Amino acid sequence: MKNVFPFRSFFLVLLIGTGFSLTAVPIASAHDEGAMNSEHDHLHHHHNVLEKTPERDRLRVNPLANDPDAIAAGKKLFERHCAVCHGKTAEGRPHKAPNLRKDEVQAATPGAIFWVLTNGVVRHGMPVWSKLPEAQRWQITTYIKSLQPSTKEEHHEGSQ
Amino acid sequence: MIPSQPASNVAMPTRRTKRGKNFGFAVGSIVILCALLHNASAQESPYIVTYDHYMEEPGNLEVEYFSTFVTQRGGNDFRAYWMELEYGAKAWWTTEFYFDGQTTFNDSSVFTGFRWENRFRLLQLEHFINPVLYVEYEQTNGADKILKEIEGHDVEDDAADPNPIARKDWDHELELKLLLSKSFKGWNVAVNPLFTKNLSPSEPWEFGYAIGASRPLALKASAKTCNFCRENFILGAEMYGGLGDAESPGFHDTSHYLAPAMAWNIPSGWTVRVSPGFGLNDNGHRLLLRWGLSYEFESFGDAMKKLFGERQ
Repeated sequence: MKNVFPFRSFFLVLLIGTGFSLTAVPIASAHDEGAMNSEHDHLHHHHNVLEKTPERDRLRVNPLANDPDAIAAGKKLFERHCAVCHGKTAEGRPHKAPNLRKDEVQAATPGAIFWVLTNGVVRHGMPVWSKLPEAQRWQITTYIKSLQPSTKEEHHEGSQ
Repeated sequence: MIPSQPASNVAMPTRRTKRGKNFGFAVGSIVILCALLHNASAQESPYIVTYDHYMEEPGNLEVEYFSTFVTQRGGNDFRAYWMELEYGAKAWWTTEFYFDGQTTFNDSSVFTGFRWENRFRLLQLEHFINPVLYVEYEQTNGADKILKEIEGHDVEDDAADPNPIARKDWDHELELKLLLSKSFKGWNVAVNPLFTKNLSPSEPWEFGYAIGASRPLALKASAKTCNFCRENFILGAEMYGGLGDAESPGFHDTSHYLAPAMAWNIPSGWTVRVSPGFGLNDNGHRLLLRWGLSYEFESFGDAMKKLFGERQ
């Protein structure tokens, strides 16, 4: 008969230890630099990714740009899938995800935003969203492009 | 025929009671913690055996319960069930704990072991085919019947032993899979070759496969929030089976199953999955009726950090 208990304990400790220590590392370092720097870093990474969008993808035309329901549907999808990190009003969250109302994001082409949605920014914590059908990613893109620069109240709400 | 209980089992109730209390405490803690968290709504695939290349969102915890009713020729039908705790450690790394059990009708209910699974996304960007490395350690006893994967020469008779006998043997296994998946025009297609090694040196490598295809009922989302919108339903099918072992590879002397599958992603955070499976040859069970319920909690990692006092 096997004495299985040491195995169980070992793997339980290993899981909790590695999981939480690894997730804690980037947050701790960002914390030292302060929230503003962290937000800047996130934006910088995402901005870089927007700039790195391949030309062909950057120039893609949003097929739902004139769809009257696209913004409302995109808002629904955004709140369902994206607000966890970017905040309900897309103002971003310190240490988590950038403000999508910033000029750098709003100046990007719909194709570039769609490309980032599709490919994610895996190294910096944004998952790929190609699991959503292409039409739904365009709906989210349409919503993001419809956002206005934030008010103070929205910025506060987004940071909660 | 069920043999009489050995004398050594007299001490078991105490051990089981202690184990039961620990398990109850763990489940209770998770339930209380989860009650303090917000839900997140993900887009889950309908697959129960096959994996696509999508990871759990970083920091989210998905709690899943699955149940499989299985018919058994030459023995008692049974219901096998497992609980999964799936955590997104990183955007490229998902780690998951399983606790397995089963109830064999006219026999007994037994805890059959646990599994620790890790999935690593190998490429950062989306490509024509997206590979994910799957590594799992299993510690299960011979009464394990969840049929989460079919490997080697798995056949229906393997599940016919009575629980008091089957539960005595414990296996330690390492399971490797290469998860290959592609999403295109709303469809997802996934292929998972499987390689399993019982950590006992005398056991050969065993092989298996799972393939799946799925698609949402609607590709565009509706503007209104609704539980029954077509985009919330994903239909698909899986096929899975064994491929023999290193000494005798191939499709022979093993079982294969075909299983239509459906997922209903409810905006409140719940996902319901249903998948009836059918044995494709006489080596397999005739019917596997699977269903699952899962709930995703956002920012579980952040809650843990707060709980253990990390400054925000």
